[in-house]
Amino acid sequence: MSVQHDEAQDLETTSGPPSTSRRGGPSAESHSRGWRGLGWGFLVKLAIMAVINALGLLALISAFRVESWWIFGITLALLVIADIVYFTKKALPLKYLLPGLAFLFVFQIFVFGYTAYIAFTNYGTGHAGSMEQAVDAALIQGERRVEGSPTYPLSVVERLGGELGFAINDGGEVLVGTENEPLSSVDVPTASGAPSDVPGWTVVDRGRLLSDQELQAAVVDLRVPVSEDPNDGAIRTRDGSSGAVYTSTLVWDEEAQTITDTVSGTVYAPNDRGSFVADDGSSLPTGWYVNVGFDNFLAIFTDPALAEALLIVTIWTFAFALLSVVLPFALGLLFALVFNDPRIRARKFLRVLFILPYAFPAFLSALLFRGMFNAEFGVINDLFFFGADINWLGDPWLARGAVLFVNVWLSFPYWFLVCTGALQSLPSDTLEAADIDGAGKFRRFRSIILPLLLVSTAPLAIASFAVGFNNFTVIYIFNDGGPVIPGAPYRLGSTDLLITAIFDIAGISGGVANYGLASALSILVFIVIGLIAAIVFRQTRRLENF
Amino acid sequence: MTETRAATVRETAGDGGSRPPHDRTSARRRRWWLEVGWKYFFAAGIIFYAAFPLVYILSASLNPRGSLAASNAIFSAVSIENYMALGDTYFWAWYGNTLLIGGIAAVGAVVIGAAGAYAFSRFRFSGRRASLSGLLIIQMFPQTLAFVAILLMLLAIGEVVPALGINSKISLIALYLAGALGANTFLMYGFFNTVPIEIDESAKIDGATHAQIFWRLIMPLVTPILAVVALLAFIAAFGDYVLAKIVLVSEENWTLAVGMYQWVSDQLTSRWGLFTAGAVLAAIPVLVLFLSLQRYIVGGLTAGAVKG
Repeated sequence: MSVQHDEAQDLETTSGPPSTSRRGGPSAESHSRGWRGLGWGFLVKLAIMAVINALGLLALISAFRVESWWIFGITLALLVIADIVYFTKKALPLKYLLPGLAFLFVFQIFVFGYTAYIAFTNYGTGHAGSMEQAVDAALIQGERRVEGSPTYPLSVVERLGGELGFAINDGGEVLVGTENEPLSSVDVPTASGAPSDVPGWTVVDRGRLLSDQELQAAVVDLRVPVSEDPNDGAIRTRDGSSGAVYTSTLVWDEEAQTITDTVSGTVYAPNDRGSFVADDGSSLPTGWYVNVGFDNFLAIFTDPALAEALLIVTIWTFAFALLSVVLPFALGLLFALVFNDPRIRARKFLRVLFILPYAFPAFLSALLFRGMFNAEFGVINDLFFFGADINWLGDPWLARGAVLFVNVWLSFPYWFLVCTGALQSLPSDTLEAADIDGAGKFRRFRSIILPLLLVSTAPLAIASFAVGFNNFTVIYIFNDGGPVIPGAPYRLGSTDLLITAIFDIAGISGGVANYGLASALSILVFIVIGLIAAIVFRQTRRLENF
Repeated sequence: MTETRAATVRETAGDGGSRPPHDRTSARRRRWWLEVGWKYFFAAGIIFYAAFPLVYILSASLNPRGSLAASNAIFSAVSIENYMALGDTYFWAWYGNTLLIGGIAAVGAVVIGAAGAYAFSRFRFSGRRASLSGLLIIQMFPQTLAFVAILLMLLAIGEVVPALGINSKISLIALYLAGALGANTFLMYGFFNTVPIEIDESAKIDGATHAQIFWRLIMPLVTPILAVVALLAFIAAFGDYVLAKIVLVSEENWTLAVGMYQWVSDQLTSRWGLFTAGAVLAAIPVLVLFLSLQRYIVGGLTAGAVKG
């Protein structure tokens, strides 16, 4: 009610004459009642919530239609919570926290949980869907043209929205279907040859079909099921003008849950690893994903080739994380000590030049150095090593050195800035006292400056360690984590960190994907980071002054 | 100090104790060289180390031959051919995508972070301490570790809402915003606490609502930290490779990080000119933002945000 009142007042004052009454002396209303923001604020809120509710409802309907119950449930929950929070007077802090929390829950906490779930499955190449999808895929792969089957005159048809379908002439009767809708009869006058006029559909022009490569590929891939039963086969075409029934040589027996190859007579039965296998040990290429318990975790430790490669990766990960704190820190501290000197002129200008590498985007630096370290044409060999042919990126140890060099170049300015700041905030009385006591330069540095500096920069050093531990960008962009360790599975490399190893195992950049194993490794890395986090937590104690 | 003393001692020993006046100025000069002068040479060395790759990339971008080998002769030829050639590639589309995604992610991060910091700084509610600790812990786990789950989740969402599935810039922005609350709230929380609560209270007495206090009073007062958070969020989105690579599939949707990686990793030598020209252009907005906000960033960095 009060909102509507304010609203009315708002309109009144804006449409009326310049508001003299508002400023006009003590007779005017209390100025708290004349606050003009609320009405508009409420309207904005209402508009935003209306949009959110509308989009949410659309998502709910869509999720319901494709029977995606997880998405349905989470969307519904978020929507209800949002409406409760923004349309009641309770939970005031949540009004401010909810947008961030919603993103956090869905795209961070939920995916962490999902990772844990995948870690216990064999999700990956060859095991990427449900059993039903695996059956469909197997039948499609085994599809052959039925021998001696008739050829039907066919035309490619298109519906609003670009959905393609086939219209065929079966002895005068016109049948139409799409990938998802089996053939059904259409009521048109009997025609001879390919159907030229199909109600509700546009017949795709032959000229367009010949000139449009993408369309051609889509047409060749299109299969229109003859009926609801997958064993009946589907209409396919090679040329876009005639079609034939293709059936699979494999037959799915739903009751026995087996697939039979009608040519060889082999019977494939499902096993508990998510594959169809025959008695002779052969299996169909497409499987589905199943829960495999701790197998992925066991493989990490027991599969000899994998475990050996991962050991190298793990040691290097810790070494890289540690060195990419220590080296830039030492360099930055040295520079800070030298240039924290009021007698030097143009210090501000020098500082800007020093921090240039830090201001340059990291991924570009990594790419730049990738070229500069090139063995054949790179500027580093050419200019600094007099044209020597040093294989920086191909030799394991040289590559490790090179990537450390790159990372030091990237991050020493950060430590230079941090150390300069810390040096300037050192207590001057302590330093003076040391001077008076006759401490030399080195003594002063070792016994006073360094300890105080380490205390104030320790949290940053730990945070930086954690960043180095997961420094995907530099490692992957600089050298793809290579060179590849000889004999290592998933092309794991000598400079791979655990996080890039996970990327390789997940097959995102090509190759065989093993999502289950990748997720299991993610979980292990989570645990390591959890330990680091616990140390940080105990160390900083920043929480005490909340 | 010790160096100076040692120098003086050596000098006295050499001169046998008696020094004419002109020697005193040369001694002072020597002392200056030992204490200050050499630092300029040292600085020159550091500047060479820090800036050589950047000078090199600038020279390579101007080299019309555009190959890696030809780029080694610094500034041997100057032309803007490479820059013009970028027009024939997807570069400007990637540039636009990157600015768009980074810009929206930055604005979103600022709003989410500021709202979170306001709630933690101004309201006292049960679970406040626990939520703050929870956020501190969660933000230590990088989202990128869960990219397999992210990929599979986006595939599932895409079946329901295609606009939020794989190959959608919106879902990439949503992914970036997931970390906004955890990463930025702390940075901003401290800053919000420095705004005296009396300001809120007087506004409240005047009849302002909590929303009005937030938008009209607090936000203008904390502009510096908003700028820092926006910049950090922008740079983070700008430099992200792994999530962008997973989410954005088709070439015209790529960001600079994904596209330029492809250039360099595929055909290193032939595309070098294009890459260097693109890199110079791509670095400009970040360099300008970074150097102009340098003062604020140093404070922000030391408060816990770390890059590389």
